[in-house]
Amino acid sequence: MEGSLNVVGYGISAVGPALAIGMIFAAYINGVARQPEARNVLQPIAFLGFAVAEALALFGLVLAFVI
Amino acid sequence: MRKFAFAESGEGFVPPSTADFNLPPVFGDNAFTTKPILLSLLSVVLISVFFILASRKALVVPNKLQFAGESVYAFVRNGLGKDIIGHEFMRYVPFLFTLFTFIITNNIFGIVPFLQFPTMSRVSFAYVLAIFSVAGFHYVGIKKHGIVKYLSGIAFMPGVPKAVYVLLTPIEIATFFLVRPLTLSLRLFANMFAGHLLLMVFILGGEHMLSGSIGIKLIAPIAFAFGIGMTFFEFMVQCLQAYIFTLLTALFIAGALADEH
Repeated sequence: MEGSLNVVGYGISAVGPALAIGMIFAAYINGVARQPEARNVLQPIAFLGFAVAEALALFGLVLAFVI
Repeated sequence: MRKFAFAESGEGFVPPSTADFNLPPVFGDNAFTTKPILLSLLSVVLISVFFILASRKALVVPNKLQFAGESVYAFVRNGLGKDIIGHEFMRYVPFLFTLFTFIITNNIFGIVPFLQFPTMSRVSFAYVLAIFSVAGFHYVGIKKHGIVKYLSGIAFMPGVPKAVYVLLTPIEIATFFLVRPLTLSLRLFANMFAGHLLLMVFILGGEHMLSGSIGIKLIAPIAFAFGIGMTFFEFMVQCLQAYIFTLLTALFIAGALADEH
């Protein structure tokens, strides 16, 4: 069985963004649960944070294939 | 075609790789008739036909088609334009709306039967969209503030101690001209690429299991079930990525318009 160590490394590095995205959405859910009418204000902010954290995981994915 | 190669040679499973994204030309022998290019042209036709039909006979009480078209438009106009850019948002709605519909249609091609290839899993398409987005918000900023004021606003953020500029100026310049286009394009590309790869792993893997012994054949339906489940997950990701790309473009435009610059 063959494989690339890059992908294993990527799997490990994806833990960081995974935790970050979990924390972002936990905060978003908390915020909406406490104040449901703030949903429309919080939604773009939550997705912005999600996008920024996710970018790191995606750089890792690209590098896993490129290097 | 890779997926038939292992069946003929009788060798082990060949996992899908980046080579599966380099599709040969559909017809002819040039670089311009490949599947992603034809799909992007198809998406332009589909979007045009849909919105022309939806808006041709606008009624006060909308019919189903008009309602569908108007809800997409209202989503972009209110959720992405009005809430984020603020006043004067109507000037940027056509751009945002074009981006959103183009990206979402091309993404959803990834799970449409027989098409089944997300255009944005070829990185060049994502690069071009990111270039449009970044050139767009720089243009908006320069037009609003003038080139000197806009660029000095980027390089020298007001309200910061002078000594910090040594660190902050390179970071800000890199953010605006390098990191933003790169993250914007790579996010879209990598999501579509990884999603397509994931679907190929489950479905081609299930297909390969069917050619194994009886015990393995019985497990194959599980792989196909996961493939179907992942297809729905992909649908969610595809819509989300189109939303995020447009959201970030709207945020960049709002940032370029802000008076602090």
